[in-house]
Amino acid sequence: MNFQEIASIRNRFNVKSSSCETVVALIGNPNTGKSSLFNALTGMRQHTGNWPGKTVLQTQGRFYFDNKRYILVDLPGTYSLFAGSLDEKIARDFLFFACPDVTVVVTDATCLERNLSLALQVLELTSRVVVCVNLIDEALKKAIFIDVKALSQELGVPVVATAAREGRGINKLKKVIRDVAEGKAVSRPKVIEYDSEIEAVVARVEEKIRNMISGGVINTRGLALWLVWGDKGILKGIQNYFNIEGKTLA
Amino acid sequence: MKTGENAIRTNKHIPLETERLDDRIIETIYKNAEQIAEKVVRKGTKKNDWDRKLDDILTSRWLAFPVMLLLLGIILWVTITGANYPSQVLAKFLFWGEEQLTALLLQAGSPEWLHGFLVLGVYRCLAWVISVMLPPIVIFFLFFTLLEDTGYLPRVAFNMDDFFRRAGCHGKQALTMCMGFGCNVAGVMSCRIIDSPREKLIAVLTNNFVPCNGRFPMLIVMAAVIAEEVSPEAYRSLAAAAIVGGIILTGVIAALTVSRILSRTVLKGIPSFFVLELPPYRKPLVGQVIVRSIFDKVLFALGRATVVAAPAGAAAWILANTAIGGTSILSHAAAFLDPLGRLMGVDGIILMAFILGLPANETVLPFMMMGYLSTGAMIEVEGLQALRNLLVEQNGWTWITALCVMLFSLLHYPCGTTLITIYKETRSFKWTFLAVLIPLGIACFTCLLIAQAAALLELV
Repeated sequence: MNFQEIASIRNRFNVKSSSCETVVALIGNPNTGKSSLFNALTGMRQHTGNWPGKTVLQTQGRFYFDNKRYILVDLPGTYSLFAGSLDEKIARDFLFFACPDVTVVVTDATCLERNLSLALQVLELTSRVVVCVNLIDEALKKAIFIDVKALSQELGVPVVATAAREGRGINKLKKVIRDVAEGKAVSRPKVIEYDSEIEAVVARVEEKIRNMISGGVINTRGLALWLVWGDKGILKGIQNYFNIEGKTLA
Repeated sequence: MKTGENAIRTNKHIPLETERLDDRIIETIYKNAEQIAEKVVRKGTKKNDWDRKLDDILTSRWLAFPVMLLLLGIILWVTITGANYPSQVLAKFLFWGEEQLTALLLQAGSPEWLHGFLVLGVYRCLAWVISVMLPPIVIFFLFFTLLEDTGYLPRVAFNMDDFFRRAGCHGKQALTMCMGFGCNVAGVMSCRIIDSPREKLIAVLTNNFVPCNGRFPMLIVMAAVIAEEVSPEAYRSLAAAAIVGGIILTGVIAALTVSRILSRTVLKGIPSFFVLELPPYRKPLVGQVIVRSIFDKVLFALGRATVVAAPAGAAAWILANTAIGGTSILSHAAAFLDPLGRLMGVDGIILMAFILGLPANETVLPFMMMGYLSTGAMIEVEGLQALRNLLVEQNGWTWITALCVMLFSLLHYPCGTTLITIYKETRSFKWTFLAVLIPLGIACFTCLLIAQAAALLELV
């Protein structure tokens, strides 16, 4: 996959990016202060529309950092990428097919555990991830302490603590987003080991997918895992966005 | 087409081999999350479980509803008492402006009709809308935004969930109705958060039973008129608050009833399951909320007032001053509608105001006043008291009239913009048409019932 192909897929999500712009996806559970973070990052430079063909609100914004342009796409709040609701499907499709250059997972510091499962799911799809531990001020008030360094080591991707409503940590977050986009940041995403039966099936499906899709942008293991889970929508997406012929699939 | 078939076949054989694998995948991920959280999260000894204590009260079985009603009552009372003073100041200022404008126009030697059109039509209508409608909207939404900021609104949805489920619709409908307070367009749009098409449709069709921004100030004005008639002076603002509260409850009951009927008849189905996460309580950023609600609401309301009230004032003035056979068009129409209006406890002018007010509910009250002013004597307009005089002393209103106006305003069809939005969301003329017909039928029936009962019991 070259840039043109990716850009045209992104275009179908109403995200118009040129080659000098970095596309950043913002994903998180509902009520994690995702919108505050979005506002803090983009300020007034945002515009809203709909996700193509859906009646779900899409918000995009731009910000500049270090003389580079970033397009921030706010994905609908979701608890999981194993899609059930329309919101979850949109978030899943965007991460799978529009291949954002950086994905920021917003988590709520006051209930991190619940939020981490989404972060782990995102890590199954892409390694260019920043985990943002938001609402850190509220966590402190409730005497909850998050060891950001340890979390970063556990997940294998950069972790930034923020208090978006107060504007704290935003600059640091922008810096880390840039580092990840430029490939400067550490990225050894945690690989979850499933039981041997799952691993075997996933490996078999992944093999099939590898034969179909050339190019390293798509995470074949992630696709395989979602197929094994039984996500039917993802097959439609593969045909729709990658134009894969059914023969190879069979 | 071939691709599709093949793809589905591939997909089908996977779950066959991997039954239960899906659950195990999710379980593994959750277990990993738990392990990581254990390593990186440390909880201090100072255990602050204010949230739980608050939730024990605010969402408890017995206290949830009294607390909700109390909060609503307090907000309404503060709105009604608080709006009075700025309303008077605004009215004084704006009608001083009217005098200046008149003087200016006379000096410039403008003809009578131009002065009438610009000052008595456009400007006066604008001044009325701003002075009577702006203050309550701003105060109400200040409190509403504060509540939203604290995290109380999701608790309202939580408390109401049981009612909505029993009515066969989605618990999130409570949230869409909360949005409806701001504006029914926003309320209808927010129905997108409901996934099931059946439940979304119910929420869309019943959203207008929540009095929106445009109708809310009129409800307050009418409540003040009723309170003046039925309550001793010391308790008037309390009585007015209680009346508005009662009207809002009536709207909620109407929404639930219609939802229930719809879900038992044309939109059959069982309510779907959903997870409502209660966010932690947060201390609202009072300063920010004040600035935001003043900017958002004042500017929004002012903008709408100009866009909507100015043409309405112009239209009303033209209708009132263009005569066919010696009587103005307005009087003709009002006279024609009068018998129907009387049946429902109102009069021709009121009905006509509601019909002309279809594009925007904000204009119903100005149209009504224009209608009365054009036939009666011109009065000095100084805030609420003058309005009461106009309605009660000069046009024979009783508290039943005001009550019927309130109920009609609460229950009647949604405004034009909302209807367009309903069409956009449902893509169906049938449902848009029903969104007019259902509430209109209910509104007429309710007013008819009350007016006839009042006549029978000789209440007024």
